[in-house]
Amino acid sequence: MPTLLFYLFALIALLFGAGVIVNRNPVSSALCLVMSFVGLAALFIQLDAFLIGIVQILVYAGAVMVLFLFIIMLLDLRSEKRRRINRLAWIGGAGVTAAFVFLLLAALQNFQGERFPALRPDIAATLRAENLPADAASTDSALIALTAGRLPDVHLTGEVLFTRFVLPLQIVGALLLVATVGVVVLSKRRLT
Amino acid sequence: MPALNDYLFVSGLLFAIGLAGVILRRNIIIIFMSLELMLNGANLSLVAFSRYRLVNGLPDYNAQALVFFIITVAAAEVAVGLAIIVALYRARKTTHVEDINSMHY
Repeated sequence: MPTLLFYLFALIALLFGAGVIVNRNPVSSALCLVMSFVGLAALFIQLDAFLIGIVQILVYAGAVMVLFLFIIMLLDLRSEKRRRINRLAWIGGAGVTAAFVFLLLAALQNFQGERFPALRPDIAATLRAENLPADAASTDSALIALTAGRLPDVHLTGEVLFTRFVLPLQIVGALLLVATVGVVVLSKRRLT
Repeated sequence: MPALNDYLFVSGLLFAIGLAGVILRRNIIIIFMSLELMLNGANLSLVAFSRYRLVNGLPDYNAQALVFFIITVAAAEVAVGLAIIVALYRARKTTHVEDINSMHY
């Protein structure tokens, strides 16, 4: 059953991904991109990355796609008119892509993929209990979930983000602010 | 369950689709969407590696933190990029990259 779901969602992600670049109408391309992201989010969730899967839906399928559709409709883009294609550029581009796929196949052929390892929350729970002060162990919700055999994914991701990656997290926050200000400046009608 | 190879293959194919879109398409907005597709292909391989290389019985959360940062930076990039496209459209009234050639040669 998990294998079947993997093929289903991988197929959704890939087919709609191909739809993005095949469609002539930008709106259909954007909607194909949403479906591709949803399939990808399902793959993330199947890989036990629940937080990333949900963030993928919220940020990509939600915010980013609304922005794309908004811009497409703001600019009132119609289907592209067919133009004379530059045959040399087209052959070159297709060649580069084919070469990439060929390299991918060649690399994966020699790569011994591992089997899907089972999660061991019990090992993590004992390690975590050793590192916690004795009085904190009884109230630590992640430890309770791990002992019960569940995966407190959001808790653990947040812990890594707010301990090991505090500085990058702050920098990314500043980056978002800079991007917001930059977009406002760019969108002003007259740049003085 | 599928093996790591299968996930890497899907991730590589998504990247290849995005690459083909960036190279072959001439509409700047479609090129931008294809870029997002490439970023997501890379994200999938990161998440797959994080799940298949367990650390103390749990997925490797360093990789998932990296994916989180990639998604954040990609969101900022989309906002700035689309603002640039709007500014470009106002100046040139086109989103076709072959019409934007004042820096050509």
